[in-house]
Amino acid sequence: MDKIRAYLDERLGLEGLLEFMSHKKVPIHRHSFWYYWGGITLICFIVQILTGILLLVYYRPGQGAYESVRSITYDINFGWLIRSAHNWSASLFLFSAFTHMFSVYFMKAYRAPRELGWWSGMILLALGMLFGFSGYLLPMDDLAASATKVGMAMLDILPKVGPWAADLMRGGVTVGDPTVQRFFALHVVVLPMIFMPLLGFHLWLVQKHGNAVPPSEYDTPVEERKSVPFFPNFMIKDLAMWLIALNVIAMLASLFPFQLGEQADPLKPAPPGIHPEWYFMSAFQVLKIVGKIIPGTPGEVVGMGGFTLGLILWVLIPLYDGKTESGVKARNAHYFGLLALGVLIITTIWGYAAL
Amino acid sequence: MSEAIVEDNEQLQPDEEGFTRRGFVKVAIGGMGVVYAGAIGYPIYRYLETPVEKEASEAAVKAVDLKDADKLPAGSTLMFMFGSKPAMLIHFATGEWVSLSAVCQHLGCILHYQPPAPRIVCACHGGQYDPHTGENVAGPPPRPLRKYIVKVLPGHVTVSKA
Ligand code: HEM
Ligand code: FES
Repeated sequence: MDKIRAYLDERLGLEGLLEFMSHKKVPIHRHSFWYYWGGITLICFIVQILTGILLLVYYRPGQGAYESVRSITYDINFGWLIRSAHNWSASLFLFSAFTHMFSVYFMKAYRAPRELGWWSGMILLALGMLFGFSGYLLPMDDLAASATKVGMAMLDILPKVGPWAADLMRGGVTVGDPTVQRFFALHVVVLPMIFMPLLGFHLWLVQKHGNAVPPSEYDTPVEERKSVPFFPNFMIKDLAMWLIALNVIAMLASLFPFQLGEQADPLKPAPPGIHPEWYFMSAFQVLKIVGKIIPGTPGEVVGMGGFTLGLILWVLIPLYDGKTESGVKARNAHYFGLLALGVLIITTIWGYAAL
Repeated sequence: MSEAIVEDNEQLQPDEEGFTRRGFVKVAIGGMGVVYAGAIGYPIYRYLETPVEKEASEAAVKAVDLKDADKLPAGSTLMFMFGSKPAMLIHFATGEWVSLSAVCQHLGCILHYQPPAPRIVCACHGGQYDPHTGENVAGPPPRPLRKYIVKVLPGHVTVSKA
C-alpha cells in the first residue's frame, strides 16, 4: 500500500491534492445541516450515470423505444429495479438540487466572491431539469408522450420563435419517433457532455472559496467561529449522507417500482389527470391560474412573462444583494426568497390538489 | 465535529485476546462493504447476464421441426437455427439426408456447403470436413462437426440430437 501510494504521489502529487482538500474548512453552526445537500445532489447524479449506462445496454431509441422499455421492465432480470432506481434518483436529484439552491440563497452564499458558484449552479439545475424533461419521454408510453406534447406546446405559444424552436426540438409538428430519437441524443450525450465539465467547475469553486457562513453567524467574531477541515472530518460525514441517500433510493425503487403505461398512440385522447413531473408542477399550475384570470393567448404570454421575470431576478440576485453587511437590500432579498419558496410550494401542492 | 476522530488511547490497547476497538471497526466496515457490494452487484450481474441465460435455455432445445423442408431439392443445402446455433440440412443428389452443425470447430466461423463438393471447406483457415459424417479431415479443426438425426416426414423434417 505505502509503496503504491509513494509511487502515485511522486507522479501525481496526491499529497498536494489532500493538502488542498484539508485546507478547506467547513464552518460548524446550527445551520450546518444544509451543507450536505450539494453532496446529496452529487451522489444522485453518480447514480444516474451508473443506472443510465445500465439502461443503455437494452434501451433502443426511435421506433423500438416502447418495446425495449417494456422488455427492460418485464423480461430482463432486475430491469424494473434499474429503471425504478433511475427514476427515483432523478427525482431525488432535483429535490436535493432545489434544497441546495434555497439553502445557498438563504445563507447568502451567492455574495462575492461566490457569484460564479451561484450562476454555474443555476445552469446545472436548468440542465438537470432538461435531463428530466428529455428522459421522461424516452419510454414513449401514453403519459410520457402526452405530457411532452403539452410541454412543447407551451413553447409553441411564444411569438415568432416559439413554433420554429418547438418544431426543431420535436423533429416535426407532433411528438413522435423522431422526437424520441433526438431527445435520446440530448439526454444521453449532449447534456452529460455539458453537465460534467460545468459540475467540475462548480466543485472546484466550492473547494477554492469554502462554504459561506450564514448571516446568523456574522455577529460571532471570526476567532470564535467553529469549523472542521473538509478532509477527512467533513468528508466522512458526507459519505455517511451518501450511504443514507443510497439506502433511500434503494428503498423507494424497490418498494414503489416505476410504472410503464400503454404504448403512445397518436389517435388516443390524452389520459385523464395528465400532469408533468413534480418539478414542473409549479410552472404548470401558475400558467393554469393565470390562464383562468386572463383567458386565451394573452394570459399564457403574461403567465410565462411573469415566470421568466421572476427567474431573471432570482438569477441576478448577487448583483442586487452583493454586499456582506446586512441592510435593506439584504432584507428585501431574504423576503424575495421566502416569497419564491412559498409560491413554489403552494402552487405545487395546489397543482396536485387540482388534478 | 471533530470528536469522532479523537482517539481514546485506552481503547486502542489490545485486550487479552488481542482485540482493539480499531480492529473491530475495521472488520465491521469491511463487512458492511461486502454486504453493499453484494446487494448492488448481484442485481447488476443478473441484469447483464439475462441474454446469456435466455440463450442457454434456447440451446437446451432437443429437436427442431422444419416445415416443408421435405421439399428441399436433391443437391442442395438448407441453413437453419438449431436452438441458438446455426446448422445445415443437406439433401444429396443420391437422396441421402444429413444434418450437421454449421459452426466450425476451430474458431467458430459459419460453414457453407454446396453439394456435390467432396468436402465442407471453412473459409477462415481452410479446415475441411466430410459432408456425410462431419469428420474433421484436414486443417486446423480439432473435432468433428456435431451430427444430428434427420427424420423426413410428409410436410416437414425433424432434426434432433442423438
Ligand atoms: C449520463 C447520465 C444518464 C444516462 C446515460 C441516462 C440514460 C437513460 C435512458 C437510456 C433512459 C430510458 C430508459 C427508461 O425509460 O427506463 C433514461 C430515462 C430517464 N432518465 Fe436518464 N440518463 C442519465 C442521466 C439522467 C439524469 C441526470 C436524470 C435526471 C435529472 C435522468 C432522468 C431520466 C428520466 C426521468 C427518465 C425516464 C425513465 C422512465 O420513464 O422510465 N437521467 N435515461
Ligand atoms: S474457423 Fe474454421 S478453420 Fe479456423
